[in-house]
This record gives sequence, structure tokens and C-alpha cells, in this order.
Amino acid sequence: MSLVTNSVRSWFLTELASGMSIIFKHMFHNKATLNYPYEKGAISSRFRGEHALRRYANGEERCIACKLCEAVCPALAITIEAEPRDDGSRRTTRYDIDMLKCIYCGFCQEACPVDAIVEGPNFEFAAETREELYYNKEKLLANGDRWEKEIAENLSREAAYR
Amino acid sequence: MIVEQITFYIFAVITVISGVLVIGSRNPVHSVLFLILAFFNSAGLFVLMGAEFIAMILIIVYVGAVAVLFLFVVMMLHIDFSKLRAGFTRYLPIGCVVGIILLVELILVLTTGTVDFNIPKNVISQIPNPEAISNTEALGNLLYTQYAYLFQIAGFILLIAMVGAIVLTHKKRNEVKKQKISDQVNRDPNTAVTLHKIETKEGGTWKSD
Amino acid sequence: MAETGFWSGYALPFLLILGYILAIVVPLLISVAFVTYFERKIFGLMQIRKGPNVVGPFGLLQPFADGLKMLMKETIVPAGANRNLFLLAPIITFTLGMIGWAVIPFDEHLVLADINVGILYLFAISSLGVYGIIIAGWASNSKYAFLGALRSAAQMVSYEVSIGFVLVTVLLCAGSLNLSEIVLAQTELWYFIPLAPMFIIFFISALAETNRTPFDLPEAEGELVAGYQVEYSSLAFTLFMLGEYANILLMSGLCVILFLGGWLAPFDIEPFTWLPGIVWFFLKTAVVMFLFTWTRATFPRYRYDQLMRLGWKVFLPISLAWVVITAGALHVFGWMP
Repeated sequence: MSLVTNSVRSWFLTELASGMSIIFKHMFHNKATLNYPYEKGAISSRFRGEHALRRYANGEERCIACKLCEAVCPALAITIEAEPRDDGSRRTTRYDIDMLKCIYCGFCQEACPVDAIVEGPNFEFAAETREELYYNKEKLLANGDRWEKEIAENLSREAAYR
Repeated sequence: MIVEQITFYIFAVITVISGVLVIGSRNPVHSVLFLILAFFNSAGLFVLMGAEFIAMILIIVYVGAVAVLFLFVVMMLHIDFSKLRAGFTRYLPIGCVVGIILLVELILVLTTGTVDFNIPKNVISQIPNPEAISNTEALGNLLYTQYAYLFQIAGFILLIAMVGAIVLTHKKRNEVKKQKISDQVNRDPNTAVTLHKIETKEGGTWKSD
Repeated sequence: MAETGFWSGYALPFLLILGYILAIVVPLLISVAFVTYFERKIFGLMQIRKGPNVVGPFGLLQPFADGLKMLMKETIVPAGANRNLFLLAPIITFTLGMIGWAVIPFDEHLVLADINVGILYLFAISSLGVYGIIIAGWASNSKYAFLGALRSAAQMVSYEVSIGFVLVTVLLCAGSLNLSEIVLAQTELWYFIPLAPMFIIFFISALAETNRTPFDLPEAEGELVAGYQVEYSSLAFTLFMLGEYANILLMSGLCVILFLGGWLAPFDIEPFTWLPGIVWFFLKTAVVMFLFTWTRATFPRYRYDQLMRLGWKVFLPISLAWVVITAGALHVFGWMP
């Protein structure tokens, strides 16, 4: 009996027909893809994107030039130089991140005692030249100002687990 | 009229030139390609004569199948030309003698009047009116009635050649595993896998029944 | 014969024919462009994606963007390649994709060359198609290209045999080698109903003949990178692409003419006959083209030995048997036209 059904199935190409019907039904499914630049997928609050240097609410920069991030960075992407400021507080004179070296491991934000260096939710910072991706202190602080709202929200949401 | 003549001369000249180049070109692949060009242009000449069926068959059979196999073989073989040319001067005299003999024979045959260039009357009567009947139909009428036996014999010769070629090249090798599609299709998933309960420490002595 | 002037005797007919040719080739190339677009769109839908939707409304201008991109690439001729043959190959493929359309009847009397042996002409053109590929493979002087070309040549020669038998069956039923007469012979009944197995065999062989999935071994990306096209870039590659798609369209058109009643309306009654025949022809061709795309989206690639087995051990006997059966049935019932 199975020989008969099997030969009927292979002569009438029923397997092929059923495969094609499945694919045809897929035409009317909801699309699994997003229309990317106009639609974006949801991002976790732990997402590790572009770096930013944060400030306190009064505008004072958080970084105290402890160089823990520089020490912990496995890709040696961070370069820090520090000097006491005129008011005697310890501040960086140079804070560079080579975004081409960075592997986005997030160790720098883990190491930071004052939540100064963080990895924000931004992942759209592609550039046309390598030079544009050597970030300096101004760029990082500007990033911090730009993304402060999102970063602060993410940090407060994750505070319980840190 | 003049268009036809010009077309004829174009086809004819290309046929002759490519025919010469089949022998003349150094690369055998180029030779085969020129052979194909010659076939193609002869098909064009057939079309000009009004024999479109033969023209198309010429392209399908010779260009589409035979020449592809030529091309296949020539491309796959690595022919050492210096070796082939090495004996050229040594065989030149013999080649010349054979060529001259053939030429003399041809001249003799053509000049002594043994070949009658006027088409015999009985052949002319068989040529149907091209206005009334297409040449495909005319060919079919002739091949399947008057020459039916010859046609069958030609078919049998080809069949025997094919069978012979297969017998010569096909040998059954037992060490090669072959895919049997029908076996695979007819495999029943219910009997393909069996589950057995095997007691602990009995696995080494267990045999399937 | 009355003496005709140069202008009315030669120049005018020449220009007229040139005009006809352009009237076929230009829409053909445009439809080839849109076929690539619709193919990608349908793939997208079948794979639960969106497909091209950025360039122009619904991405409709995507093929032109692609074409422009291709044109701006550099034409590279590999150092070890046989330059003349290398550049000749895409031209052959492209030309063959175009000249087949000369005998396709788009509507009654709407055909460039209504020749007696139209179907043999198409068969001859499709059998020539192998040269573009094999010359490309050899002239590229590259292993991948050569392997792809060899595969493709063997494949196309094999499947031509079964296509030939399918054509013979249709010819037996229609009693003519002229494509228009084949279509007119289907006024009563389209041939895909009485000749259903032949229709399927023809469709699958057409897939193999045009190197489409599941028979796209010549350009199998996984093993041969892109087969015979591997060394081609820019315009040469575009010509290959255009020729290939024109060929696929030609095969769809041939399928429509042989089995789906060409320009005939499905039913010879009022609402269906309002549309002109040429529209029906295009609609049917589009349906067959969709079938081509659908199979490509569904099936994985064949293995080479299975491909050859299918051609020689399955299709050849079945189609041969069906020729005999059809001929016998036509003779016994006196249906021979």
C-alpha cells in the first residue's frame, strides 16, 4: 500500500506542490523585517553603543581622571592625560577614544567610579574617514550632552543590578 | 534580388574564410569556433535557398549538439603543439604525395565527363512546388514513404552506435555506492527507527534481532 | 520585375524592419529590468521580507539604479584571459536572448518574422545559448568559470533532448511548425490540459535550460563563486544578466505559446474578449514568469549527478513515451490535423 501511495506521490509531484503552497502562503505573512532607517528595532537599556562623557546637573564634568578606564580597556583604545585644574580639582586635559580599536565590551563604564564614561544607545555613528572616528574629549562631552536624557534613564533603570 | 545576392556573398565568403581558418588557426578552440561559424553561415545559405528546415536542423544538430561536444573535448585536452609540430617536416613529402594524388584524381574525374552536371529528369520530377507545400512537409513525405526503410536503417545504425558506445564505456563497479532514489523515497519513517529498552550494564551484550 | 528605386525598394523596408525590431527590443529590455525588480520583490514577500522599496515609489526605479551602478563599474579583462573571446561571450548571450523574439507572435499577425519553421528557429536559438556560457568559461582562464561552463554545457545539451520531444508532441497535435498556427490550433482547448505531463516536463526543462534554480549549478554561488560569470564586471556582466533574463522571458513566452494558448482569451465569450490578444499574451507570460520565480524561491539546488539522472533517466523516457502515446492516440482517434 505504501508503495502505491509513494509512487503516486512521486509521480504527481505532490511534495513539490505542497512545498510551493507553503512558500505561497508565506507571501501574505507579516513581514519579519523593519524598514530600517524609518523604523528601528527596540534597544535594551544595557545596549553598548557610542561612548559619551557625562556632566553633573550643574554642568561640571564628572570625569576625575582616575584612569581606571584606560587601565581596564582591553583594546587599549583610551588615552588619558591629566593635570590639576586652576581650582585645584583633578581633571583630564586629554581624553581620547579610538573608536576603531574599541570592541564595545563596556569595561570602561563598569570601571568608572563616577559614571562619567558610558556607552550610550547611539549606534549610528558611521563615518567616511578614519580620522572622524578618533574621538577626543570635546566630541565625547558633546555626545554626553546630546544623549544625557536617554543615558540617565538607562542608568536609573539598570541601577538595581549594578 | 540584389539584397539576396549580397547576402549570399556575405554568407559564402564568411563560410569559406572560416573553413580555411578551421585548419589555419593555431589554437584548436579557435578552430572549433570557426567550424561553428562555418556551420552557421552554411545554415544561412540554406535559408537563402529556401531550405529553412535543413538550415534549422543543421544549427540544432551540428552547432547545438555536435560542436558543443567538440568544444568540450578540445577545451579539456591539453594538447602540446610543439610535439604535434615536431614531425611536420618529416611527414611533409608523404603529405604532399597524398595531396597531389587526390588532386589529380579529382581533376581526372571532373574533366573526363563521368559526372553529369545536368540534374537527371527523375530527380526534377520529385521536387514539389515550393508555393504549394512547405519544405518540411515535402521532406517528410519523401523520407517516410519512399525512403522509409533507409531512414529506419539509418536510425538503427545510430542506435547501435549509441549502444556500442555505452557498452564500451560503462562498466559496473561494485565498490562504488550508488544512490537509489526509489529506495530513499519509499523509506518508511515508522520502520526506519526502532526503540529498544536496554537494561543497565547489558549494552555490551545486546544484539538487535 | 519593375525597377524599384533605392528609396522605396531598399531603404524604406530596411527602416521599417529596424523600427519593428526597436519596437520589440526596447519594451523587452524595459520588461527585463522590471522582471528583475518583481523577482526581487516576490522573493522578498516569499521570504517574509519587504524587498526593494527605497528607490522610487515602492522601489520601482531599483532596476535603473542597479543598471546605472553596473555601468559605472570598471570593465576588467583578466590578464590570462583570451581578450576577444572574453568580450564576445556576453555579446553572444545578449544577442541570442534578443533574436529569439523575432518569431514570437504577440497577437494574430503581430509578429516580426512569421516563418514556417518558427519553433525550430527558437529551438536552434536556445541550443546556441550554450556558446555564450562555454566561451565565457573558457576565455576567462579561471577554474571556477571553466567548471561552471562545463556544467552548464552538459546540462543544457541534456535538457534540450527532452525539450525537443515536448516540442514534437505539441507539433503532432498542432500539425504545424509555425508558432501562430500552433496558437490557433489551441482555439478549442489549450494544450496544457491534454498534455499536462509534457507541460510540466517542458517547464522544468526550461528551468534547466535557462540555468535557473533548482538547476543553477553553472553559477552555484556556494562552490563555484558565480560560475562562468566570475571574471565579468560592468557592462559585460550586465549583458550576461540581460541576456539571461531575456532568455527566461523567451522561455516563458514559448511556454505560453505552446501550452497556454498564446494570445487567445481563456474563454471565447464577452468579458474576456474585451482585452486585446497582446494583453492576454503578456498576462500569461507574467504568470509563467511568476512560476519561474516561485520555484526559485521554493526549491534548493540539485546535485549535479541528480540533475543528469533527472534529465536522461526520467525526462527522456517519459517524454519519448508520451510522444508515442500522443502519436498513437492522434492516429487511432483520427485527430491528426
